[in-house]
Amino acid sequence: MKLAGQGTALRLAVLSAPVFAALLAAFAFGPYPLSPAEALAALWAGPSAESDAATVVWQLRLPRILAGLLVGAALSAAGAAYQGMFRNPLVSPDILGVSAGAGLGAALAIYFGLSLAAVQALAFAGGLLAVAAVVFVAGQVRRHDPVLVLVLAGVAVGTLFAAGISLVKVLADPSVQLPAITFWLLGGLNAVASGDLGLAAPLIAVGLLPMLLLRWRINLLSLSDEEAAALGVNVVRLRGTLIVSATLITAAAVSVAGIVGWVGLVVPHAARLLVGPEFSRLLPASLLLGGGFLVAADTLARSAAAIELPLGILTALVGAPAFLWLLARTGRGGA
Amino acid sequence: MNRREYLVALAGLSAMPWTGAMATAPATLHVFGAPPPSDRVRRVFAAGAPAAVLTHVLAPDKLLGWPWPLSAEARDLLAPAARGLPMLGRLAGRGSTLPLERLVALKPDLIVDAGTVDATYLSTAERVWRQTGIPYVLVDGRLADSARQLRETGLLLGVAARGERLARYAEEALSACGDRAARRRPGVYLARAADGLETPLAGSVNGECIEAACAVNVARGPGGGLARVSREQVLAWSPDAIVSQYPEFHALARQDAFWRRLPAVRDGRLFLAPSLPFGWLDGPPGVNRLLGVRWLASRLHDLSARTDWVDFARDFHALFYGHAPTREELMRLPGLT
Repeated sequence: MKLAGQGTALRLAVLSAPVFAALLAAFAFGPYPLSPAEALAALWAGPSAESDAATVVWQLRLPRILAGLLVGAALSAAGAAYQGMFRNPLVSPDILGVSAGAGLGAALAIYFGLSLAAVQALAFAGGLLAVAAVVFVAGQVRRHDPVLVLVLAGVAVGTLFAAGISLVKVLADPSVQLPAITFWLLGGLNAVASGDLGLAAPLIAVGLLPMLLLRWRINLLSLSDEEAAALGVNVVRLRGTLIVSATLITAAAVSVAGIVGWVGLVVPHAARLLVGPEFSRLLPASLLLGGGFLVAADTLARSAAAIELPLGILTALVGAPAFLWLLARTGRGGA
Repeated sequence: MNRREYLVALAGLSAMPWTGAMATAPATLHVFGAPPPSDRVRRVFAAGAPAAVLTHVLAPDKLLGWPWPLSAEARDLLAPAARGLPMLGRLAGRGSTLPLERLVALKPDLIVDAGTVDATYLSTAERVWRQTGIPYVLVDGRLADSARQLRETGLLLGVAARGERLARYAEEALSACGDRAARRRPGVYLARAADGLETPLAGSVNGECIEAACAVNVARGPGGGLARVSREQVLAWSPDAIVSQYPEFHALARQDAFWRRLPAVRDGRLFLAPSLPFGWLDGPPGVNRLLGVRWLASRLHDLSARTDWVDFARDFHALFYGHAPTREELMRLPGLT
């Protein structure tokens, strides 16, 4: 399983195979009665307004698959960056409270009966606001380890926003608004239409850019701040840049998909087991695996039953055992 | 005092002509504590929205307040006395928003809750009664049982004649199926939330208006409550009609390429129901739905040509809510314009 010794390109090519398989399966399966062969034929034939098969594949499955790729890749990249930055493999992209902030934004929008676009916009803004609060608080505390302060402030602010969500839930109309809020918090891609991606994709791309450009320097954050500074890295600025870009990415992803847990925690970890901790290899591997993983989970979410299974539940159900299996395998093979 | 859960029928019912029918029917009222004689029930606390609507239609002067914040638009359509009632909060176990102390301070003669009753609700009611000593009545039943709920609760609240009158209306409304029973029932998708992708599954309390309107809920799936579904699943179900109470969704479905492609929308069978002052189809799942059942049945079975729905709604408002809004007020409702 360990791909040590080969070139990065080859490793990524090997990783691409299951991702490609997940993509094909995502096009082939779904609740609409269409055989996998018919679905793939409709995909090959191109978009058309005439046949139902083309509508299903091009208008319904394609946007969801793109959204799955985008959200999975985004959460995994943010997770990989944070795990390096916080020097802790148990960190997930919402460590600084972005999910709780986005959740409160969405819950408020639903509570006030706003439109879909406003729900997304407020979720995005709420995510940014929560992290801004964390960074502001952490900036006021100077005597402690800055990474530790960030984590603690993130936990506290996250709890505060989560309490806000609970308050909105208690106040919400139990027969109308409460289910909508609950479903949003469980996460899912079923409401995604192609227009949503047009907004989220550029934001995610903008957030990914600094990570790509700084991929070499990010490795140095695993050293202590003094050592990194001795090597000529402006630790504060680098950390700030990473927080901004990871927050942008995560908030955009969450505003599209709701809260999809576990992806940003487990995928970078799995990627690290496969290609090692070096960020210039870890980032593309995380993007690839994360996208593929979420597409596969979403295929299950929409095909397993007539109703939509919440994505956040599936990522945990599928991700945790897969992760344990991977952990056991690589452990035995001598990592 | 031992737990006493008994039919209220015991006390004053024996003189009533319909006692015989009731004795064979399953229990509708679960009572904890001893409710006062019906002529001394003056202050009623409604534990949840369906119970508040039930109490409001039967005995508006006895309702202490609304368990949820009623919007200004909803209040405007109600009788002046009902408009002024305060928002008190609900009783729902851990989901309660009204502290028991405040409940005691309100000094209600009776607590009424309505909806499907299970062990959780029964034990919650029992606990509230034990803690406060206020008699607690759970009105069990679904939309199809509306007539019985109205009769029995009317009796309990000392307004038996009014209960009987409303129950007759309910019976007529719920006989919408009638001679249509043999015909093919149209498949209906009930769209909730602004994106229309939240729906009550067949058998859910939130989708009962569909069966009552002599149609079939296309949403079949595991569980019996609300679910999220995908656009692809809606396409696969291919409903004959789509109904909703959400103006946002109605607007979306009329301009979005996917929804417009569905046969139901293409053939003009996308229907928007009013949601004020209480939902016509759902929200809350109470006797307010009796209005929507008639409307939905005639929409689905193409009978609407003769009916003026604004007049129809006015009559319903006058009979049930004790106040007839003007035609202009009703015509401002999304779905009635």
